[in-house]
Amino acid sequence: MIHLENIRKDYVIGGASLEVLKGIDLDVQKGDFLAVMGPSGSGKSTLLNIIGCLDRQTAGTYHFEGIDVSIKTDDELAEIRNTKIGFVFQMFNLLPRFSAFKNIELPLSYSNIPYEERKERVMEVLSRVGISQRASHKPNELSGGEQQRVAIARALLMNPSVILADEPTGNLDSRSGGEIMDIFKGLNNEGVTIILVTHETAIAQTAKKIMFMKDGVFLNESH
Amino acid sequence: MKAIEALRTATDSILSNRVRAFLTVLGIIIGVTAVILLISIGEGTRQFIKNEFTGLGSNILIVVPGKTAKEGGTHLGTSAVRKLVYDDALLIKKRSRHIQYAIPVIAGTSLIKYGGRSRNTYVIGVTEDYFSARNLSIDTGRFINASEVDSKRHVCVLGRTVKNELLGDANPLGALLTIGDSKCRVIGIMAHKGVTLGFDIDDLVFIPTTAAKEIFDTDSLFNITIKVRGESELEAAKKDIKEILIRRHAGQEDFTVLSQDEMIAVMDRILKIMTGVLAGIAAISLIVGGIGIMNIMLVSVRERTREIGLRKAVGAKNRDILRQFLIEAVMLSAAGGLIGVVIGIAVTWLIPVFMDFLPVKLSVWSIFLAFFFSAGVGIFFGVYPARKAASLEPIHALRYE
Repeated sequence: MIHLENIRKDYVIGGASLEVLKGIDLDVQKGDFLAVMGPSGSGKSTLLNIIGCLDRQTAGTYHFEGIDVSIKTDDELAEIRNTKIGFVFQMFNLLPRFSAFKNIELPLSYSNIPYEERKERVMEVLSRVGISQRASHKPNELSGGEQQRVAIARALLMNPSVILADEPTGNLDSRSGGEIMDIFKGLNNEGVTIILVTHETAIAQTAKKIMFMKDGVFLNESH
Repeated sequence: MKAIEALRTATDSILSNRVRAFLTVLGIIIGVTAVILLISIGEGTRQFIKNEFTGLGSNILIVVPGKTAKEGGTHLGTSAVRKLVYDDALLIKKRSRHIQYAIPVIAGTSLIKYGGRSRNTYVIGVTEDYFSARNLSIDTGRFINASEVDSKRHVCVLGRTVKNELLGDANPLGALLTIGDSKCRVIGIMAHKGVTLGFDIDDLVFIPTTAAKEIFDTDSLFNITIKVRGESELEAAKKDIKEILIRRHAGQEDFTVLSQDEMIAVMDRILKIMTGVLAGIAAISLIVGGIGIMNIMLVSVRERTREIGLRKAVGAKNRDILRQFLIEAVMLSAAGGLIGVVIGIAVTWLIPVFMDFLPVKLSVWSIFLAFFFSAGVGIFFGVYPARKAASLEPIHALRYE
């Protein structure tokens, strides 16, 4: 479903070129639960951004569901992000002035799904992450764990092909972090494909497969 | 993103920071109010002056000696041009069927004495027709009549001010005044009319033209005031006057025919320019208000960088973001415009209550102009921040602290 071949990414900072990814090959199948581990600066977040169509590679080819995304326009990538990819961020990235319900609803604003269906869909994903009763609360009225559940519900809303999580437990205590990982595991058991980036071994071990990155390349694979 | 949703998002964002939104919009409110108010004052003045002019009597043509530019107004004859004389007026009246009255007018200033008092004022020589031609009205006594004109009788009709200055409370009728070197008997007092365009009807003395010829010892007329029978005959009358006078003046068109409408048109044009200038000055404040909106939108884009990044991550296209911020800017300015319109109308209504000397006339076009200009300002000054928001890279925007 996700197929990366010799992906390179250079950043030009102050005239100097910095190689962040130095030839990444990756295959992710439907139903996979992959954890990418590595120290900070290893390029794992950059890789996730490229997989998530938030960023473009400098060289190499990336096929998402058989489509070469490098030839897609920005608008087409936005549509792929809207319908096929769900993001979960370390900082939750919820809009503070919106309730949990409205935060989750956000991707629907950029879709063609009719209004009548929307409420039902939001309520469904809320119950999947177990916080139906918190729908009308604003982020600052929710605990960190609850906020991340809202963010996961938002990622699930459009029934994406893959959920990309960038250090989803990085801002949580270990108990909430464990709960979040249980949710990911549950979702994966339901058939949701998940790619997770983390530097914590305990978190990565929830995944079916762990890959290690250092200095822009994968080191080895372990199962 | 659907339009309604974009509107809702913009409203949410504006309402989440009410004080800031209000202060931002204040500039637009003041600008729109100023535009409406100043245009109302300009229009009111224009209407006022137009009415004043019309009050002089409609369908009036004035023939003055000398060829002037059409808009030049009257000027006293110079020695190079042939004078207009008494008989010119008579002939015009006789020859043209479009003309109701043709009044030879002689004007001069003279010292007028009564008893121990004196006053230097305008003395206007006219005929009996002047009274109806110019919509004058009399307070006491009567106006000059035809036989007094024919017999060069030294009689006079005084304006209110002249009468008060010279005669006080004494019965004016029959009083004998000295105008220049001649004696004149008072036969009437004009009704109070006040200052019209700097021309104080109250401070005049009317005498028969024939008497004025003697008193001022002149043949040349100040002008010939002509009353045309109807508005539709104005052009024909003008043509007649020209033909008649050119023939009498040896083929030379050394005179100018001014119509009241032309004078009004000239005045009107000046006042329109004035209104435009006022509106322009007010519009500058609208532009300043627009810059305020741009400023706050730039702040807003910066503050909401992460939100923009997130929206892009969940599928917002560049144009969705552009639209969101543009709608916000336009909503701000349109809201300001609307409030400004309400205040502008309210103040325009209140002016006559508190300042009755200031003529105002609310004009619908000024309301539309002000409102749409403010909305336009919103679009113009909203584009830059909105484009800036739309062009943010999602990965950088998401990490923005």
